[in-house]
Order: sequence, then C-alpha cells, then structure tokens
Amino acid sequence: MRELMSGNEAIARGAYEAGVTVATGYPGTPSTEILENVARYKSDIYSEWSPNEKVAFEVAAGASCAGARSIVTMKHVGLNVAADPLMTLSYIGVEGGFVVCVADDPGMHSSQNEQDTRQYARFAKVPIFEPADSQEAKDFLMLAMDVSEKYQTPAILRSTTRVSHSRSLVDLGERTVLEREIGIEKNPPRFVPIPVWGRVMKQKVADRLGFLAEEAENSEANRIERREKSLGIVTASMAYQYVREVWPEASVLKLGFSYPFPDGLIREFADGVDRLLVVEELDDFIEEHVRSLGIECQGRKFVPGVGELSVTRLRGSRAMMEGREPKTLDQRFAEGLPARPPVLCPGCPHRGVFYTLGKHDVVVSGDIGCYSLGAFKPLDRMDIILCMGGGVSMAHGFDKAGDRRKVVGVVGDSTFFHSGITGLIDIVYNRGSSTIIVLDNRTTAMTGHQDHPGTGRTLGGDATKAISIQDIGRACGIERVATVNPYDLEATERAISEDMNSKEPSLIVSLAPCPLRERRRVGPVRAIDSDLCKGCKRCLKLGCPAIEFDGEVPKINMHLCGGCGLCEEVCPHDAISSEEAE
Amino acid sequence: MSNVKTTSVVFVGVGGQGILLASTIVARAAMLSGHQVKTNEVHGMAQRGGSVIAHVRYGSEVFSPTVPEGTATVLGALEQIEALRYAHYIAPDGLAVVSATSVVPVTVSSVSSGAATYPEDVADRLKRAFPRLVYFDAGKMALELGNIRAANIVLLGALSRGLALPEEAWVGAIASSVKEKQRDLNLRAFEIGRSVR
Ligand code: SF4
Ligand code: SF4
Repeated sequence: MRELMSGNEAIARGAYEAGVTVATGYPGTPSTEILENVARYKSDIYSEWSPNEKVAFEVAAGASCAGARSIVTMKHVGLNVAADPLMTLSYIGVEGGFVVCVADDPGMHSSQNEQDTRQYARFAKVPIFEPADSQEAKDFLMLAMDVSEKYQTPAILRSTTRVSHSRSLVDLGERTVLEREIGIEKNPPRFVPIPVWGRVMKQKVADRLGFLAEEAENSEANRIERREKSLGIVTASMAYQYVREVWPEASVLKLGFSYPFPDGLIREFADGVDRLLVVEELDDFIEEHVRSLGIECQGRKFVPGVGELSVTRLRGSRAMMEGREPKTLDQRFAEGLPARPPVLCPGCPHRGVFYTLGKHDVVVSGDIGCYSLGAFKPLDRMDIILCMGGGVSMAHGFDKAGDRRKVVGVVGDSTFFHSGITGLIDIVYNRGSSTIIVLDNRTTAMTGHQDHPGTGRTLGGDATKAISIQDIGRACGIERVATVNPYDLEATERAISEDMNSKEPSLIVSLAPCPLRERRRVGPVRAIDSDLCKGCKRCLKLGCPAIEFDGEVPKINMHLCGGCGLCEEVCPHDAISSEEAE
Repeated sequence: MSNVKTTSVVFVGVGGQGILLASTIVARAAMLSGHQVKTNEVHGMAQRGGSVIAHVRYGSEVFSPTVPEGTATVLGALEQIEALRYAHYIAPDGLAVVSATSVVPVTVSSVSSGAATYPEDVADRLKRAFPRLVYFDAGKMALELGNIRAANIVLLGALSRGLALPEEAWVGAIASSVKEKQRDLNLRAFEIGRSVR
C-alpha cells in the first residue's frame, strides 16, 4: 500500500515497522508530529511526552539498555538539552536499537538558531542518517535501528523542516514483531562508565567508528548516480532534491548514511568527475571532510551557508559558477507591502499580561513559546530571550547584576516544567527577588497544542495527575504565589504591581486556557461603536489582529475576534461592547 | 529543463485561513490521478496569523517539494496582498486565482500614521501582476453557503480549472479530506468555485 505522508509521519511509521516498543520526546517544531503519529500505534508502542528532552532521552535509553527498540524525538536545540546523556550513552552503548530523531530548522522558520545536528554525530562518535523525502524517512529510520543494534551504538536520524513537513508517497510494510526478553543484564563493566571501565569503553567507541565507516561504505543509503562527467556533486538531505532540478545533467553522490564518512566512495566519485561541488545546508560538514581527504572541491564559495537552500537559491549558485548574472525575478508587486509577521492570536490570554507589563518600568526576561511574540510591537514587552527555561534563570542574573529595575521572568507552563523549575529553586536558594510569571494556558501551544505534566492528560489521551505549578512554586520555597485571570486587566495589574513593590521573590500564575486549543471564543464577539469612538487608538496598543485600522476609527473584524473582551476593558470611551456586534 | 512535466501549485494567505486543507486536496486529487506528488506546508510559529505559503507539485517525477520561484502553474490566494507578496512565484503563463479578501496586518493597525499602510490600489496591482487573473470574493460566496470557513474550498474550485485533473479526482479528494459532516458543504463550495470565470 502507498500513502501520502509527511516526513514526520513516515518516521513514525518506520518506528512502527521496525518493531519499536518505546518512544519518547518533547515537542518542538519541526519534530513534533513524529511522536504524535507514533501515539496512533498505541497498542504496539508505549509513547510519552516527557518534561524535557534530557528526560525523554534517558527514558528511551533505559528502555533500550533493557533490550527494547526505542526512539526519542526532539528539535535541534532539544539535543543540546539531551547532549549530556548522548555523549555517555555513546560509551555505554545500547542493547535494543536506539534512534535519536532530531529535526533541524534551516531558515529558522520556528527556532532561535540554525545549528547543524550533524556536528553532534561527529562529537558523540555515533552514526547519522539523513533522509531526503518521506520514503527515505521511513527506510532510514529502520536502517538506523538495524545499525544501532548491530553495533550497539545510539544512532541519529536527522531531518530538517522541509523533510519533516513535506509530504510524498510512501510504501507501507508490516510491523516486525520481535520476541525478546526485556531486562537489563547484570554487567557493571558494560553499563557503568566509572573511570576504570569508561576507559575501556572509549577504546571500543574508537574501534566502532571504524566498523561503522565500513558499513557506510557499503550502505545502500549512499549511492553514486552517474550522469555527465564534467561536474560531480556531493549532497545529502533535502539539498539532493534541489540539486536534481538545478543540475539535472550532473553526476551525484548522495549521502544518506553520512557519518562516519564513506571515504572510499567519496574518493571513487571524485576520481570519476572533472570538477567536484559539495551542496549542503548549514555547516560545511561534508566539504571540510572532503578537503581533509586531500580532494579538491568547491562548495561554500557558491552555495549559501546561512538560511535554507532552495531551487531558486541554487540557480543563483549555478549562475555564479558559470560566470553568469543570476536571473532576477520581478518582485516589484511586493514592494511597499506591509509586513505580516506572526502575532498572538485574537483572544490570546498572554496579551493581558504583556499589556499590563507595558505599564511598568521593569526588565522582562522571556522564554520560548507563543509568548515570544510578545516581543513584537505594539506589545513590545520582552527584553531578551535565550533558551528554554532561560526566562527564569536569566531574570535572576539581571537581578544579581544589580539592574536598577525590578526584574520579571516570563515563562510558559510547558516551559516551566521543561526547565523553569531549577531556575526558580535558584532564585529562592540564593535570595533573589525576581517575579516569575508563568503564562499557564494549559497546553504546549506553539508546537500545536501538546499535553504536558500540568494538563492531567498523557500523550495517549489517558487521565493522569495534573501537577500544580502553584504547589511546585510553594515547594521551592516561594512564599508569594498568586493566580490571576489575564482577561481581567484590573486584577492582573493589582497582582503585578503588588509584587513590583516587594523585595521577596514571587510567582504569578496567569491562568487561562489557549482559545485556539479550546476551539471556541472566550466570550461574545465585540464591535466598536463608531459614534462613541474618539479615535484615541488605545485598543490598538493590544496588538490584536482582529482590530483593524487604516483610517480614522478602528474596526473589529467579526470573523477574527476571539471575544476576550480586553479591548472593551481598555477603551476609555465605552465605545466597545458585545451588543454592537449582534 | 528536466522539470517541464512538473505541475506546481502555491497557496498563499494568512495563517489560520485553511490553506493546509486546500493543498491537501490538490495533492490527493493528483495522487488519485496517478501522479507522483510532493507538498510542503508551514507549521509552528509562522502559523500564528503570519503570512503563509503552501506548495504542491505533481507529475511523473518530482524532486523539490517547494515550488521554485517563477514556475507556479497556478497560484491561489485567500488574501489579496498576500497574492502580491508571492506574485514572483507564478510562471509567465500561470493562472492566479485571488479572493478579494483583506485582512489588515497588525503592522498596519498598531503603528502610528506614516508607517506601513494597506495599499488602496490592490485590484489594479493584481491586474498588472497577473496577466491571467480570476479575482472574486470567495469569502462572500462561502458565507452565502453558510460558512465563511469554506472560502478555501470555493477558491480551490476556481483554481481547479487551471489544472488538468479530472472532476472525479477532485470529488474523491475532497470526500477523503474533510469530515463526513462537512462533506456536502465542501462539495457545494467546490462546485460554486468551479463555475467562477
Ligand atoms: S495558540 Fe493559544 S497561546 Fe498561542 S498565540 Fe494563539 S491563543 Fe495564544
Ligand atoms: S477584538 Fe477585542 S474582544 Fe475581540 S479578540 Fe481582539 S481584543 Fe479580544
């Protein structure tokens, strides 16, 4: 059977067919749908959203050391969080196959950086596989599983935004049912990397790399496509697809099992062509290596290393190589158009908090989630964002450095569970005075609304204990813990200004479910009475996309309005109400 | 070039307008007609009310899932200035199907006067940008049918006339892509769109 599948669906299908029994992860665009799709095979695979990538990695690693085939999923920056267990699991090795599915985001469609996961494969000395479409996403997951098990090594499957979120046809197969006894064997020298045993492991890792290189050499995932001899291109992942369109006549070495490098194959390919070009996205991972083999090649000189590649960009590269002016497209119709960046949805509860913070002279240290959008005008109420959980700990840093202003850390509910708690403990332990606001919308919204430890529901949809953010705050030693309704601006203002005048650390939980997840309006649609409206534009300070203004008085787009009532609260002339909209 | 046989479709609009469903239906219709198919959509941050584009390509062999600029066989737009923003995607002989819908971006609404404005001459610019243009209010037609959310399918109907896929494939693709309850509404929306000239 064939099905149209996204790369992420295909990876999940691969896990199913490969006989995986344990799958974990933490949501992160563009990787999220892998685990969501694994969850559909509930009767065959145990799957869970873990609180963060490190935990997810360790859970899957445990399962694998006990003999189960397992996967863990995350986005590129998630692997930074899970890097600690990755580095040492490489030493200990695995029993059941173990594949870390990581999705990179060239072009930063939904990320804070553009790091290249292939570097982690070299860093941890583990094999990496790079699919270029959905069929390969499935096939390579299964191949990675076999290689992992055969060489007792964790393996990485690296996707990218375009591989994960493109759909193409996939042949479906049956699930391999593995009859094996699960249980970790008692063998400390095998599993305990204290120095005396760890040194032995390190030698094994070095030897293993040699065997893996040989495996890569003979793998079907690496292939030479011979066409014309004048130009040969080494490429991998989605760049392969672009290369086939831009240089249809060129010979290609397509790497799918790309680390450790198949040096013999690279040499053979280079020998058979007159000129060698490397086309890869992000870092010069392949190019550097090809040069280190003493093979002359070109790459970054023509192919951009910042941002994602595309057929259009590579056509520019080709023109440059051939000494032509790249063909420019007529873009004059797009000139002067107003930009349309992403914004907080109409009715989003975060808006109430950012609007209120806008009235205070405070430093706001932000975090990763929909609420990152609070950094945009007109809300413009976030001074810095670093990484998951950084909103809490960096706030403490500003505070200790002696910023003259009060410091507020803003973090989402899922992010709080991910890595905000340790920062909170630090604030209490080290006598800080920051105010931490948890924007609790009862979901992991940005990545498409996943459950987390606070929602009372598991990935499989089962009811479970909902862990209370307020209780955690108190248990960490915070004495000022308040809960506010962010749609009630007066109450929100009261809670925030009380804490601004206090020297103690405090926790405010802004509690209101994400209306996009709930799939309903918060309240009735609002409208502006143009007779009462004085054109003061106060409501526009909310940055609600439903309030449109390009003339004298603002109007509310009734199809977009989320019915939150914030605009009604801020209007000083009582011009906004729900009756008007009837 | 090698890709002459590849048909390329782009849908553009504002995150949340139902572009994903429209591109899914085109992909399924092409699949039902025996083509190789690839699509690409946006997830995550860009979906939050931002400007979005979805790609569908089909033919006997398809490489890139994203449409190279200047090659789209058809461009469907659920918002009119988004059509202009992505106008450079269309092939010189391509067909543009644009709904006369405006969603004013927050960048226009929230900043003080003098900054970005929503262009007043959109209709005129569209005519200049697209030699083959179908320009109508898909939202209004959907509303008349009883649900503004079906605007994407009305648009799809109009756009389907620029693609050489059989009617049964469209009907099959729609039926398998929407909920049972919404099927009739969507099939009617498609028919109405298909009759737009
Ligand atoms: S998805 Fe939910 S949390 Fe995110 S911006 Fe929209 S309303 Fe706010
Ligand atoms: S228009 Fe007013 S009531 Fe409607 S979503 Fe925007 S702020 Fe809320």
